[in-house]
Amino acid sequence: MFSPTQRAMLYVRDAKQLADLPAVIERYGLDQPFVVQYGTWLGQVFTGNLGYSKVVSQPVSDAIIQFLPATLELAIFATPLIILLGILLGTTAAAHKDRPLDHGTRVAAILGWSLPTFWLGLMLLMIFYGFLRGFLPPGRLSVQIDLLVNAAPFIRYTHINTIDAILNLDGPVFLDALRHLVLPVVTLSVVNVAFIMRLMRSSMLESLGKGYILTARAKGLAERVVVNKHARRNALIPVITVSGYVFAALANGVVITETIFNFKGIGWWAWQSAINLDISSVLGFALFNAVLFVLVNLVVDVLYTRVDPRVRLGQGVQ
Amino acid sequence: MTDWKFTARQLVRNPLSLLGIIIIVIFVFIAIFAPLIAPTPESHQQRPYMIPRDGYRAQPEPPSEDHIFGTTQGQYDIFYGVIWGTRSAFRVGLVVIGIVVVIGILLGSLAGYFGGIVDEIIMRITDVFLAFPALILAMAIVAALGPSLNTVIIALTVVSWPSYARLIRGDILQVREEDYIEASRGLGASSARVILRHALPNAIYPTLIMASLDIGAVVLSAAALSFLGLGAPEGYADWGQLTSFARNWIVGPPGDPLKYWYAVTIPGLFILFFVLGWNLLGDAFRDIFDPRLARR
Repeated sequence: MFSPTQRAMLYVRDAKQLADLPAVIERYGLDQPFVVQYGTWLGQVFTGNLGYSKVVSQPVSDAIIQFLPATLELAIFATPLIILLGILLGTTAAAHKDRPLDHGTRVAAILGWSLPTFWLGLMLLMIFYGFLRGFLPPGRLSVQIDLLVNAAPFIRYTHINTIDAILNLDGPVFLDALRHLVLPVVTLSVVNVAFIMRLMRSSMLESLGKGYILTARAKGLAERVVVNKHARRNALIPVITVSGYVFAALANGVVITETIFNFKGIGWWAWQSAINLDISSVLGFALFNAVLFVLVNLVVDVLYTRVDPRVRLGQGVQ
Repeated sequence: MTDWKFTARQLVRNPLSLLGIIIIVIFVFIAIFAPLIAPTPESHQQRPYMIPRDGYRAQPEPPSEDHIFGTTQGQYDIFYGVIWGTRSAFRVGLVVIGIVVVIGILLGSLAGYFGGIVDEIIMRITDVFLAFPALILAMAIVAALGPSLNTVIIALTVVSWPSYARLIRGDILQVREEDYIEASRGLGASSARVILRHALPNAIYPTLIMASLDIGAVVLSAAALSFLGLGAPEGYADWGQLTSFARNWIVGPPGDPLKYWYAVTIPGLFILFFVLGWNLLGDAFRDIFDPRLARR
């Protein structure tokens, strides 16, 4: 546990201010019992005040708003990739059960599942940035492009670089943003693709064993139609159920990915805060993620009733 | 007994799980014989887990006779670090899984067996913990308590116990209505006796085995925290930290971009293989425990 003095040191910029330490401790109640401090924090949260982020010298809520677009940009590219690739590979593996393709994807999935994300990111940087001479660089934009984006004719509608570039009809900015996105998106996606793929495979196998598949085959339908239409539609239901977990995995992954690639989103900010004892920022970040996570799960539950007509909300067990 | 023989035969026959077993055995071997594989220098006897340094220069040195895996930033010996890091990995993994399983069994069986208000309270507490993405909650806990190997263990325990409590609760719920539970209750056995002697032994073996195989996942999370600078103190033998030392040396000087490849590649491979070993075994067990796959 950090002492009140250690935590107050965060607010001190030079030696002359050391004399003010007791005042800082007093003002923020840093010497109060744990429970009292927690109560104060919680009371403030309910009034919309998440505290002050020292590492970026602005309120925590402003920091979240400032850093969110970068993270959203990663999510916008990673999520469809994860879902499409996961479903496609899972379907293929199931359709080729116990054949080389199935074993191959299985090994690939376990390998992807075991890869330390941070190490994967560094290895990708070593190859695609170092060995290939800056082909896919870290950061969000190149220096010159960054200046261009923040200067007059370019209007920042969303602060999501690729979308802003499209809205400004600016090709070079779009390409530059895309070039910076490739490695972080790949790093963020690998684990999740492996996860969705394995789930999709077992779900497909179950679905392929059902009676209506036999019927469809007996009708003489092409195997492709049987697999892609009859089996896959029903196999998708469990995949929707776990999208909440995928969100959590993305949120976890964002911290590591943004840290490695110096991609300044909320994950990067949370990491900066965590290693600089900026506890109110870390708490704000954790709370923000928890709220999002709960919302995502709510949406998933509601979506579930649309996809699977057997599920009805609010009726309990019949 | 035939069940265990069946399981063992399945595991050895499947090349993937056999590979997993071999990898894990090798790591156990490394952990046990670390003092013989990478002897601690005389000057260092008091603190064998601190990686010996050969000078203080920042720039990593390539593999040589003195340092067969080279040295990383700050001249820490990579070979010594990864060998003794195996012990750190096992310690974090075993301690976390051990505590988590005990808490899980305790709270899970209480919730499952008694149901009602007890169940409600315990399950709502797990809900609160499960509302956070795990690594983020762990990060917040480590940041608040101050980075060290012990806080990493505490943080990972706090974020992992709820899912085990839930799993074990589910297992208990499944057997609670069985005849033999009813019978022992009818004979006047106490709740504690019914839970410990009848419900648990019949319910939790699959969960326990799956939990023990989660050591890989726990070590992966611990390595991630260490990598972020929220783990072991500087110089402690730890794979995540060794990887983070290499962060500034990903790209070599112009003309030799892969100059420092060893600094990042070697510690990462140790993490990868460790986790892979447990996951290969876990995947095989998942198939064995899948009730939809009939046993012949």
